[in-house]
Amino acid sequence: MSGVRPADYPPPFATSEAIGPPTDAPDERIDVGVLIVGGGPGGLACAVRLGQLLEEHPDVRERLGDVPVALLEKGKQPGSHLLSGAVMNPRAIRKLFAGRIPIEEMPTYGPVHGEAVYLLTKGAALRIPPPPTMMNHGNWIVSVSELGRFLAEQAEAAGTTILPETAGQKLLVDHGRVVGVRTGDKGRAKDGEPLANFEPGVDVTARLTVLAEGTAGHLTTTAIDAFGLEGRNPQIWALGVKEVWRVPKPLRKIVHTLGWPLRKRARYGEFGGSFVYPMGDDHVSLGFVVGLEYADVELSAHDLLQEFKTHKLVRKILDGGERIAWGAKTITEGGLNSLPSRLNAPGLLLVGEGAGLVNVPRLKGIHYAIESGRLAAEAAFAALQRGEFAGRRGALDTYDAALRESYVWKDLDEVRNMRQVFDKGFFMGGALASAMTVTKGKLPPKEFDTHRNAEAGLLRTGRAKRYPSPDGKLTFDKLSSVFASGNRTRDDQPSHIRIATQVPRDLAEMWHWMCPAQVYEVGEADGDGTVTVQVNPSNCVQCGAISAKGGRLTPPEGGSGPEYTIT
Amino acid sequence: MTTLVFLESHDGELTKGALGVLGKAASLGGGDVAGVVLGSGIRDTAAAAGAFGASTVYVVDDAALEAPLPQPRVDALEAVVRESGADTVLFAASVLAADVAAGLAARLEAGLNWDLTDLRVEGDELVGVRPALGDTVLVEVGWSSTPQVALIRAGTFDPVESGGSADVKDVTTEFQDFSTRARLVEHLTEKASGPSIEDADVIVAGGRGLGSPEGFSYCEELADALGGAVAATRAVVDAGWYPYAAQVGQTGKTVSPKLYIALGISGAIQHKVGMQGSGTIVAVNKDPNAPIFDFADLGVVGDLTQIAPKLTELLRARR
Amino acid sequence: MKIAVCVKQVPDATSHKRLDPGTHRLDRSGEGVLNATDVNAVEEALRLKDAHGGEVVVVSLGPEKAMESLRKALAMGADRALLVADDAAAGSDLLATSRALTAALEKEEADLVLFGQQSSDADGAVLWAAVSDRLRRPMVSQVAELTVEGGELTGKRQTEFGYDVIAAPLPAVVAVSDAINEPRYPSLKGIMGAKSKPQETVSLAEIGVEAGLVGEAGSGTTVRSSTPPPPKSGQVKIEDDGSAADKIVEYLAEKRLV
Repeated sequence: MSGVRPADYPPPFATSEAIGPPTDAPDERIDVGVLIVGGGPGGLACAVRLGQLLEEHPDVRERLGDVPVALLEKGKQPGSHLLSGAVMNPRAIRKLFAGRIPIEEMPTYGPVHGEAVYLLTKGAALRIPPPPTMMNHGNWIVSVSELGRFLAEQAEAAGTTILPETAGQKLLVDHGRVVGVRTGDKGRAKDGEPLANFEPGVDVTARLTVLAEGTAGHLTTTAIDAFGLEGRNPQIWALGVKEVWRVPKPLRKIVHTLGWPLRKRARYGEFGGSFVYPMGDDHVSLGFVVGLEYADVELSAHDLLQEFKTHKLVRKILDGGERIAWGAKTITEGGLNSLPSRLNAPGLLLVGEGAGLVNVPRLKGIHYAIESGRLAAEAAFAALQRGEFAGRRGALDTYDAALRESYVWKDLDEVRNMRQVFDKGFFMGGALASAMTVTKGKLPPKEFDTHRNAEAGLLRTGRAKRYPSPDGKLTFDKLSSVFASGNRTRDDQPSHIRIATQVPRDLAEMWHWMCPAQVYEVGEADGDGTVTVQVNPSNCVQCGAISAKGGRLTPPEGGSGPEYTIT
Repeated sequence: MTTLVFLESHDGELTKGALGVLGKAASLGGGDVAGVVLGSGIRDTAAAAGAFGASTVYVVDDAALEAPLPQPRVDALEAVVRESGADTVLFAASVLAADVAAGLAARLEAGLNWDLTDLRVEGDELVGVRPALGDTVLVEVGWSSTPQVALIRAGTFDPVESGGSADVKDVTTEFQDFSTRARLVEHLTEKASGPSIEDADVIVAGGRGLGSPEGFSYCEELADALGGAVAATRAVVDAGWYPYAAQVGQTGKTVSPKLYIALGISGAIQHKVGMQGSGTIVAVNKDPNAPIFDFADLGVVGDLTQIAPKLTELLRARR
Repeated sequence: MKIAVCVKQVPDATSHKRLDPGTHRLDRSGEGVLNATDVNAVEEALRLKDAHGGEVVVVSLGPEKAMESLRKALAMGADRALLVADDAAAGSDLLATSRALTAALEKEEADLVLFGQQSSDADGAVLWAAVSDRLRRPMVSQVAELTVEGGELTGKRQTEFGYDVIAAPLPAVVAVSDAINEPRYPSLKGIMGAKSKPQETVSLAEIGVEAGLVGEAGSGTTVRSSTPPPPKSGQVKIEDDGSAADKIVEYLAEKRLV
């Protein structure tokens, strides 16, 4: 163990950079009623529900001005930055569109028809009964990117103004309350100088702001920090890398695997597994997920996925097929014990994965995002209807209360210690996890803690030698994968990644292997035991891993990053 | 089939591209092939076409055609088509020819297929072939009208000097009012600082394998010896080794020179999509597994710091 | 001054571009964006409006969903969008498209009609030359610099031989190259204001064009088939044994490249 920890080399970033009062002159600001940051299932569900409520109550809508609901999306369009497995519990989306749109008319790949869980070794696949947390009967297979596009259409039809290619750069706070968000500049060169078509960001002010940024959210992290909302435990993440393949043979069931190529011993800290889901008859979605508390310098989620595909179980599924998409994204893993102490602050609501509402053992988060978005909309509407000043302390506590009464909380409570026990290794963790499932979280009676991903020490095992060499047919290198994500980020812009650039070699190499998009490379050695980290920001697919492992991702110029369509 | 080939001229000479299309037309064996030469004081130029495959050359010699503008040429061609009874009109693509071809198509209500890289006669039908979707697909196209108008991709066919002479026929044209309203004010030639990347026939590109920013001197020397331009990959532009204006690739420029020499470039797809349409690709890289070798026409596994200077020297000696 | 900009929605470069296996034409069912050089044309129109006042209208022929892309032009600052959407127009070639566009433009009676020089889906479409012939207006293409003064335009036209400076009286048609400007980013206010700007969708009948004059029926060309290109033949790979430079020269000489 090298004793080097990413947390010892913090990025050059101060929360104060991302928060402050409005600076535009009042007539230059854009004023809206409710501002939502993030066009994912959480933010869009909030927009849809608000639209429904405002339609029923035109008097409230009147009071919100010309733009009652606005939504900022940093990708090219809602869906461009959305990526997941996914098998979705339909209850939240059914509730959102109750009496309006049946789920059969939404873009899905149908209900789950069967499932199998395998424990893999290098040469074999042992089918095991699905753990109780993994019963997916009644759930539906979706592409969260397609779902995002559908929800965006509904939100627009319900009156939301969606502003794509617009990043939320700074949280606007005045007298201790959130009054809106400043958007990012466009048209700066790499050195920060304005180009000929420079367009400065704008202060967008609102009665109420909802942050639905998803994993590793920039403003969300800032808000939790600035408003002192840290929870019991630090947040932790896993990194998932997925591909979509066109296949000649239909896959008839959803598949999850545990075990190979991850290693079981506690010291490696490798927790995760894979998923393979049918998308209709002619496509499959497959991905590999690994918790970011791993210790091996050379662990690479992208390469684990490539290695995973060489297993005969997977080869059979992909045989004769063609990869048509690739992407990567982190998943918030801390569960209930890592949630912020409160999900609201004066003028502010936090929804979805950005707030930490993900059920890792069940691999579910989309329905919590939608449900929390819906509850946030109702709390926001209630405050606005009462004529309440949403900035008043406690005005939005009804949101937290509603969330705690909902199934979201109950589910997360049941599994709240499950993830953490896998620190103890696969078998010990597995045994503890089973105990928790059976007793619905009452046993064992101890609360387990998370440790910051960036505090994990590093070790080397020569892991990289076992990754397959990309053959361009079954296995692929990172650069061609970045291309397959649709990433065409404009090069001549300032780097959006904050990171210590003079670090010990072990750390630089860890970042190099960690990043699925090959953003970090080990540069020149500096004679004092450190190396320079070379950053290629235009490769970045904004997965968020760097934020978990010692750096800080901020949003680049709006419109940058991947252009996912079916992930 | 009676075919007319638009013979563009510049500075009193028929362009190579146009003569190439003329030669192709003659070889199609589909019927009579005539050339058309338009300009002011160009009768002498016109006669040369006979040696390159034309049995007849139609000439419209008029002051209105002095400037290299497309619209008067549409009027002139319309007259020649009527006079000759041609059912097929071929153009070698150029800035001027493209405008003329499309204007003529509208004037005659004739179908136009462009960017053709091949032509053949099938029975009594003319069939064209053109690449599509970034040269990843070949599409066969045809015509459902007469006349048939086609624009051939620049540089596709080389002229074939078959000897022979042509009948020169003068045609007079009435020019439309609107055709002669645009006028040439002046002509500016580009300063001779070397071709820009987009226009260059030869490009020497450098990547990380150059080792350092100073490594670009290999590219510059070689480009100079070939009369070409220097380009760079995104990786080295990101690292500050060369300016962004020289970047070729998905987020930089797309180029298709006749010759692309890649020094120390791995050939990642982001770069490939910016230069895959190049005529001939020569790659030098010390990694035998570099992806660029999958699509290079000539791949050289070796040390560019040794090979490039030697190559430059040899090329200079040939000049 | 009234400026009409002809724009086209094209499939987004990142969505899997493919040819429809039945018709061998581009599958346009995915996401669409404004063709890149059309954005340069819109920007040029806006600059002229900034300098001279007037109105900028964007005109397009396409399916109904193309209006989303026209809204982007409105977000940049254009004043009006006119979309000719008619099922009969699908599969139109140059002849058919130019007929429909000309009919729409005749109604607009613009002082200046602008086109972007190249379309990413058809590579080399020369629509402006066909349209200007039908409109019977002077035309300048490949324009890298454009000024308008006193009812006359001056354009710097890029050719293989350098630049020709061309002058023409308005009304005229100009096709601009992507070197002409760096398009502005739409401001947030612009994006928000776009929805309330006039957006008109008309059918062919409303602009006086018969269905038989467009679509496949009105086209003069056909698409017969499509195939992947033959794999690269004659690839050579050598290892340097000291003579690589000589071998390269030999190779280039054989290909008459030196």
